[in-house]
Amino acid sequence: MTPKLRRVIGLSLVAITLAVLPFVVGAGLSNTWVRVIDFALLYVMLALGLNIVVGMAGLLDLGYIAFYAVGAYVYALLASPHFGLHWPVWVILPLGALLAGVAGVLLGAPTLKLRGDYLAIVTLGFGEIVRIFMNNLNAPVNITNGPQGIAGIDPLSIAGVSLGKSVEVWGLTIPSVHLFYYVFLVLTLLIIVVSMRLENSRIGRAWVAIREDEIAARACGINTRNMKLLAFAMGASFGGVAGGLFAGFQQFVSPESFGLLESVMVLCMVVLGGMGHIPGVVLGAVLLAVLPEALRHIAAPAQQAVFGKILIDPESLRMLLFGLALVLVMLYRPAGLWPSPTRKREFDKAAR
Amino acid sequence: MKIQFKGLTVAMIAALSVVACGKKEESQPAAAPAAPAVPEVVVKLGHVAPLTGPQGHLGKDNENGARLAVEELNAKALEIGGAKVKFELLSEDDQADPKQGTVVAQKLVDAKVNGVIGHLNSGTTIPASKLYSDAGIPQISGSATNPKYTDQGFKTAFRVMANDVQQGKVLGEFTTGNLKAKKIAIIDDRTAYGQGLADEFEKAVKASGGEIVAREFTNDKATDFAAILTKIKGKKPEVVFYGGMDAQAGPMAKQLKTLGIKAKFLGGDGMCTPEFIKLAGDAAADSQYCSLPGMPLDKLAGGAAFKETFTKRFGGEIQLYAPYVYDAVMVMADSMKRANSVEPAKYLSEIPKTDYQGVTAKIGFDEKGDLKGGAISLYQVKDAKWAYLETLGGAPAAAPEAAAPAPAAAPAPVAAPAEKK
Amino acid sequence: MEIFLQQIINGLTLGSIYALVALGYTMVYGILGLINFAHGEVVMVGALVALSVIKALAASALPGPVVVLFGALVAVVVCMLLGGAIERVAYRPLRHAPRLAPLITAIGISILLQQLAMLFWGRNYHAFPPILPASPHSVFGASITDVQILVVVLAGLIMLGLTQLINRTRMGRAMRATAENPAIAQLMGVDINRVIALTFVMGSALAAVAGVMVSANYGIAHYHMGFMLGLKAFTAAVLGGIGNLPGAMLGGLLLGLIEALGAGYIGDLTGGFLGSHYQDVFAFAVLILVLVFRPSGLMGEKVSERA
Repeated sequence: MTPKLRRVIGLSLVAITLAVLPFVVGAGLSNTWVRVIDFALLYVMLALGLNIVVGMAGLLDLGYIAFYAVGAYVYALLASPHFGLHWPVWVILPLGALLAGVAGVLLGAPTLKLRGDYLAIVTLGFGEIVRIFMNNLNAPVNITNGPQGIAGIDPLSIAGVSLGKSVEVWGLTIPSVHLFYYVFLVLTLLIIVVSMRLENSRIGRAWVAIREDEIAARACGINTRNMKLLAFAMGASFGGVAGGLFAGFQQFVSPESFGLLESVMVLCMVVLGGMGHIPGVVLGAVLLAVLPEALRHIAAPAQQAVFGKILIDPESLRMLLFGLALVLVMLYRPAGLWPSPTRKREFDKAAR
Repeated sequence: MKIQFKGLTVAMIAALSVVACGKKEESQPAAAPAAPAVPEVVVKLGHVAPLTGPQGHLGKDNENGARLAVEELNAKALEIGGAKVKFELLSEDDQADPKQGTVVAQKLVDAKVNGVIGHLNSGTTIPASKLYSDAGIPQISGSATNPKYTDQGFKTAFRVMANDVQQGKVLGEFTTGNLKAKKIAIIDDRTAYGQGLADEFEKAVKASGGEIVAREFTNDKATDFAAILTKIKGKKPEVVFYGGMDAQAGPMAKQLKTLGIKAKFLGGDGMCTPEFIKLAGDAAADSQYCSLPGMPLDKLAGGAAFKETFTKRFGGEIQLYAPYVYDAVMVMADSMKRANSVEPAKYLSEIPKTDYQGVTAKIGFDEKGDLKGGAISLYQVKDAKWAYLETLGGAPAAAPEAAAPAPAAAPAPVAAPAEKK
Repeated sequence: MEIFLQQIINGLTLGSIYALVALGYTMVYGILGLINFAHGEVVMVGALVALSVIKALAASALPGPVVVLFGALVAVVVCMLLGGAIERVAYRPLRHAPRLAPLITAIGISILLQQLAMLFWGRNYHAFPPILPASPHSVFGASITDVQILVVVLAGLIMLGLTQLINRTRMGRAMRATAENPAIAQLMGVDINRVIALTFVMGSALAAVAGVMVSANYGIAHYHMGFMLGLKAFTAAVLGGIGNLPGAMLGGLLLGLIEALGAGYIGDLTGGFLGSHYQDVFAFAVLILVLVFRPSGLMGEKVSERA
């Protein structure tokens, strides 16, 4: 079998699996798991966006979730009873991505001269500032409706078909969660393709150069300032897209979904999966998105069976495992679970 | 970029087969076939609350209330639509997280439950209510107080206790009326609950002629209020109102005392807990008041009996909303009885017509699904305990026939809500 | 006028609390160049350990102040052990790794400590017993309590003590050398592993003291108290010049004043548009402004870009 044929077969198998996944999962487990997969896809998009900033360009961003928030609120403000606007999806999503990108440039601009640790803290500060503003911009002019959040957001609708309800196609009823899955899947694949193209382009190589040694990169003629801003903007725009989809999916946004913990979670996904390596990042995102649900299904009954009561509730267990995973991965596999071969070499050389 | 296709495809096929051969979740509709022998039909009631996390003790309390109701109903062996009915409680944990709430709601919708009791927090009840409304599953909450829940106009959304609009109104009128205060300062913790309650309080105060001299804000994780309290001190208020939880109200009371602010301190149900008294320490004084929806259990007809049964069954005290959740289940069952059907489509129309004497109050619903005439009770700190003061608003529930209501000494409900939305 | 004075006092007290925590932060950063995210959690552990000890001894016949002192002492010891362990297990192996690694590890440790504290002490907020009489003294119409005075005095004393340690003792010299250039210091015979471990241990001891004082001041201790406090303290340290001890003190006091005065007056100044709900934003805004325009802080020396 020639390599080309193998690739074609492999790709088609993957494609078929992805295409029927929701139906298999829905029938085999339940629709709840399809919903979990939908959220996992959103996280994949987020992780890929953060991957550009942290993994490729090496800029530690602890406030990334702010861009997710921007995208979500843009959608919420333009397609809900809050302002009475009901713009179509194909206008709002790109607009959200654009605004998030602008936010990325704005937040990135002051940080250009900062080194790793300081950059992390400043971006953390920015993330918190965005969240506090979202939480409080309801007086004197009610923009974000404050802590109550915005409810009743229009569900995503493609070509006039609302995804909020199930759809009849050729006698088959496709539930709403499945429809969202397909839309998210298409966009995720799009983002993956864009990431891959960026990685293998001059821009991607410039980012890696900056990550490795900024002074040398500048000496080679790379415009580090513009490249860094571009990294922030691209990463942020992915986050904005994911945010818009989130608003159209959950139909409710509130500032508490966009806290520091979410930023750390997305960072976890990138770091644990394999910084800078797209398949690794996807793996990390899927794992960490599915983990809480899996823990709830396994940990609680298991503890019940073994100990007769729940010693550590699944939520605490999840956080414990996160913390532990961060430390252990940094100590023993700093390049991540599925790193790119070059990064693995770098980290192995540097550590210990 | 090379991807290891072989490994990947093998992994995917393996995962697919595991999933496909996995346990199928039973989704039986609960229709009652009219068979000759009296058949049995299982009615699944979903119940959602945070069973883990800071409010786990409250969620468990709710679940216990629902469970008690289900057990009592099963003991009665009801017959509805020609079939013997057995109620089953499907209890889920939403961790007070809106995202989790929708996941769990989806789960219950998939399981085709006949009705949902919950959720506990407004922040999770509101987004979840959309899913239930879309699926046509009736939902009765015993503890979500945010007005938005019923404002959305869902035909399936109901609640069996007063909401924050009513609570804020009562508190406002109490402040200008009973406390005879003209200058009032308001602080809220910028959560959906705190800010909502404070806004309603402000409206009520202004409407009854009071003046808001200061409106300050903090957050639900802060402990230092010196700056905002000092600012308030400068405006010389007679009453300081805090919309938020006991964890902040306690240190706030302390700091009010340290700064020498002589105003009375007032709060909503988030403050009405023994935790507040503990955290305020020796700053707890009889110038502090709080409110709770409903009436103290001892003042209600079925109250004392319910308390005894509950404590005997589950041990430990009632935290806060268990009686309301109990009533919610009973109302649902009562509606099913009146419709003579356990199918959501059929008994949904009976719920608005409810006129049921519950443990907490006489329950009837208005057009939005809110409790008609919700009562609010006020409490005052006396001897390092919350002591019952009076009840405002609401239709009077049937008073206990035998015992005369004890004066201002009814024990306050034991509760320690850490964060409510 | 007395309102303004009271806000100043509020700011100074709050600032001293930040300073207490910032001193530990700045010591560690000065030597290792590492933001120890877990520092705030060590503060929290100190407070909760002290609380447990005090509660356990409350029934005994020992007089109040002795119980408190004993509780603080146990807290200091526990935190010193904790700090030493964290350094040994999580930071030492990563000393030569890229900058990202110890930072992420620190975040992981912070999460771990929070969760373990929550499991051990529960999620509730605990009331911390008053260690000094709570009745305030009146100063020109403003009030201040004994505990608040103690916090300010303690912060000052500790800062002075540490400065003496760093500048006058052999160990201090070794610390400065390691901070300057670890490789050369090692060549000069300094056992940098010991020095670094000692710095961590001292920083953690400071954190324990800070924890006890914070809890005593507000009368409350809980598993989440360390996070925001640590962040604000780090802001204070950066404001004053990271690695600089008097700078940490100055930064802390300044930050406290900015927050108190900001919360007190910004509402009136902006006509209600901004208000006390943006209190945390002030701290972050200060941080960002300082880092962008004067990264070496108010009292720090100009630090050249490390490659």
